[in-house]
Amino acid sequence: MNLTPQDYQVLTPYILLTAWACVLLLADLFIPRERKSITALLAALGLAVTLGVTLSQVGIEQTGFFGMAVLDGFSTFVNALLLVSGILGIAIAHDYVKRMGIERGEYYTLLLFSVSGMMLMAQAADLIIVFIALELLSIPLYVLAAFARPQLSSEEAGMKYFLLGAFATGFVVYGTALVFGATGTTSLAGIVAAAASPSTSTLLLTIGAALVLVGFGFKVAAVPFHMWTPDVYQGAPTAVTAFMAAGAKIAGFAALLRVFATAFSSLAVDMTAVLWALAALTMILGNVIAISQTDIKRMLAYSSIAHAGYILMAFVPYGNPAVRDVSIAAGLFYLAAYAFTNFGAWSVVIALEKKEEKGLAIADYAGLGRKHPLLAAAMTVFMLSLVGLPPTLGLVGKVYLFRAVIAGGFTGLAIIGVLTSLISAYYYLRVVVTMYMKDGEPETVRETWLGFTTGLSAIVTVVFSLLPQSLFAWASEAVLKLF
Amino acid sequence: MEFLLKPLTLLTFFPLLGVLLILFINAEAKNIIRWVALITSLITFGISLWVLAMFDASNVNLQLVARYDWITVAGWNIQYFLGIDGLSILLVLLTAFLTPISILSTWTAIEERVKDFMIFFLLLEVGMTGVFLAQDLFLFYIFWEFTLVPMYFLIGIWGGPRRIYAAIKFFLYTMAGSILMLLAILWLGIYGGTFSVPDLIAQGNIPADIQWWLFLAFTAAFAIKVPMWPLHSWLPDAHVEAPTAGSVILAGVLLKMGTYGFVRFNLPLFPEAAVRAAPWIALLATIGILYGAMVSYAQADVKKLVAYSSVSHLGFVMLGLFAMNPQGIAGGILQMINHGLSTGALFLLVGMIYEQTHTREIKVYGGLWKITPVFGSIMLIVSLSSMGLPGLNGFVGEFTILLGAFGSKAINNTAYAIASALGVIMAAVYILYMFQKMFLGPQGEIVDEVKKHGHGLRDLNWREIVTVVPLLIFIFWIGLYPKPFFALMAPAVEHLVGMLPIP
Repeated sequence: MNLTPQDYQVLTPYILLTAWACVLLLADLFIPRERKSITALLAALGLAVTLGVTLSQVGIEQTGFFGMAVLDGFSTFVNALLLVSGILGIAIAHDYVKRMGIERGEYYTLLLFSVSGMMLMAQAADLIIVFIALELLSIPLYVLAAFARPQLSSEEAGMKYFLLGAFATGFVVYGTALVFGATGTTSLAGIVAAAASPSTSTLLLTIGAALVLVGFGFKVAAVPFHMWTPDVYQGAPTAVTAFMAAGAKIAGFAALLRVFATAFSSLAVDMTAVLWALAALTMILGNVIAISQTDIKRMLAYSSIAHAGYILMAFVPYGNPAVRDVSIAAGLFYLAAYAFTNFGAWSVVIALEKKEEKGLAIADYAGLGRKHPLLAAAMTVFMLSLVGLPPTLGLVGKVYLFRAVIAGGFTGLAIIGVLTSLISAYYYLRVVVTMYMKDGEPETVRETWLGFTTGLSAIVTVVFSLLPQSLFAWASEAVLKLF
Repeated sequence: MEFLLKPLTLLTFFPLLGVLLILFINAEAKNIIRWVALITSLITFGISLWVLAMFDASNVNLQLVARYDWITVAGWNIQYFLGIDGLSILLVLLTAFLTPISILSTWTAIEERVKDFMIFFLLLEVGMTGVFLAQDLFLFYIFWEFTLVPMYFLIGIWGGPRRIYAAIKFFLYTMAGSILMLLAILWLGIYGGTFSVPDLIAQGNIPADIQWWLFLAFTAAFAIKVPMWPLHSWLPDAHVEAPTAGSVILAGVLLKMGTYGFVRFNLPLFPEAAVRAAPWIALLATIGILYGAMVSYAQADVKKLVAYSSVSHLGFVMLGLFAMNPQGIAGGILQMINHGLSTGALFLLVGMIYEQTHTREIKVYGGLWKITPVFGSIMLIVSLSSMGLPGLNGFVGEFTILLGAFGSKAINNTAYAIASALGVIMAAVYILYMFQKMFLGPQGEIVDEVKKHGHGLRDLNWREIVTVVPLLIFIFWIGLYPKPFFALMAPAVEHLVGMLPIP
């Protein structure tokens, strides 16, 4: 067992961030209670340094740790996106946890551990690593969801997320076991090789892959594995929800994309139909149920489910080599667009939220357009982006996705996609209607880092929609290393 | 820099400069905001005249082209591509012409949130101009969808009592059509390798069955916008609830985006499918003409009457376009302009009286001509123009369209033209009915009602006259001497007809 520097290079960002988190856990003990901002700053610094390291790895492609981890354009893109999400996750939480009286240093360390788990997930080239990464990213999230203890809804959210999450992990492990039974290996490269040999049981492999899909379906909140989402999103502290909605989704989809596009590409014939149905169901159900929501957190939870459906569309043509790279790039681009829009929208929610879960009804947004024009304008940008209207990243992302789906020959799915977007316009516009066309006296808080998140997200959402060239180019180079 | 100084770029984005200025003005300084908006839109109109001066009507190709690569990675080939030709120049001028008039009409009508109103209005102008100039399908789609947003706010914030319902209905209806068009655009982009309209037209050779589906997807977007019967139900709501300036722009320009779409995209991109669909479209157009006229007559609300008359008038435009001969298409394009002028003026006038009386019910009016002679006379001219009296603009457009429809090989059935001619008579019925009830006869109850609260009804003031007179000039000009208007588009129309495989 000899590890070369090359091995370490593959996982440098992950190792760096995990080490930083461990050190921060200790350092936090010496930071006085009223000065936890220092912990937040150190955590953000760790993420920023790791982001720098990650960006320096653009263009490198290699495997390490005996083929268990991989560094490629795909993982670099996903890692960068995760790290930015982590930084925004800290910016959005910093003032919020203070205001809600739940400020504890562990918040930031847990967040760092979760991000490092997500990054490992994007680099996993072995189902065992996928499992470890899944646990590493999930367990801190369970704790974070219950962070507003002893508030009942938060405890309930944590418990629910934990139980269902553990259940989902069980599916992944069982699926992995079946795949191992069929192929005698858990490494993605090994599975590809074994699947090609006629002696491998395709049935066992297919069932294993399906179980892995179920497990990740839970993580990314795809219908019919979405039941936990509204409750957990609503009950968890809003800053956690924002981070969870972006981070867990990015990581879950990254793992799904890698595992399916590389290891299970031979099963595409069977899997495509399943994914088609999952995507269609998720888009329809998420959007239709969101219509009747009156609580903004629940509405955004269903919206998050619906967006999982849109991203799932990118998977449907995964077995077709001609469009695979395009659809993966489209999926990644959409994840980036969703991440920024998502943080922006949640930051506005946080700006209006009061203690004891007040200020979360959509009706509480009445009059925002008149009283806080900038905040309302930003929220309008995010809502338009979630619908997919110009001039926002959401439109560019959807166009990219639909193009991949049409190029893959799934025009029917694209039609479902646009029709559900139309449905979604109704409930997103209701927020805009309430803000601008109803009278009210909403109270908001003005906090530096929260305002920073809102402003940055809004600017990115608009500017990158007009100048998407660089982001397009990067996403299109984020191709998977094949075995 | 070169990019910004292209005449068409300047024309499209100049209103943004006004938006930026207004952003930095205190919301309480309402008059300064109004003046900035008005001057911005007037300069934009000046730029459009400059474009007209540089325009060469005899050239059938796109002119004053501004073309730059926009997104050209990962198999995308999207360009920033603006251009103008005989099919679009009149509509561009109409947009630039109607915007300052609409802004002027809001001077006293809009008192609440003037700053927001002007920002949305100028943004709307950017979107509308962009729609008529964009020659790249993706860029076109962005402008097309973008116009929804400011219009939605204009109706939803400054509209009448049912404004929220009307705004959402307008938004969802229009979006329903345009998202199907988006898929068709993406299909064209994937299989044509470019989104540039002239390049796609030059490539041609889209298989007939696929052409049919693409045609339908584009038609969904445009037919809702026009609106063609039976997709018109958003229109009366939006028109009635919108503030006056919104109605003017909605009728004057936004509806034309639909008819323009047919001319610019459906006919040249999918010629075989268009020819195949022509009789069906003609049928729907004819139903729209008659239905719109009949429903207009039944209205008790004068704004609704004008709104339904739009359904009828736009039916004429569609009939002309799908006659697919030079008279039909040229008449259709001219009728788009005529409708913008006449219906725009009608909405302005209705808005002016509404500002004083706060009611639009026809039955409470009567004998207005005696009390407000200037208002009555202008209303008479505009009404006559709308019903197509010879010597005024409406006649020229409708006559040319009917001429085209009679001789149309694509429609190949004179019944539609005959039935549509009936629509002209019906227009006379509902317009004269409205004029007679409101302006002639015994004095209506509203006159005393208004007197109770103040000085009583006043005639038009100078600002209001200045708002309407430019429209009147064109109503007479097109009616008496339409040649220069036809001359601007004739070569382009001939060229377009030449591309259609008419049996």
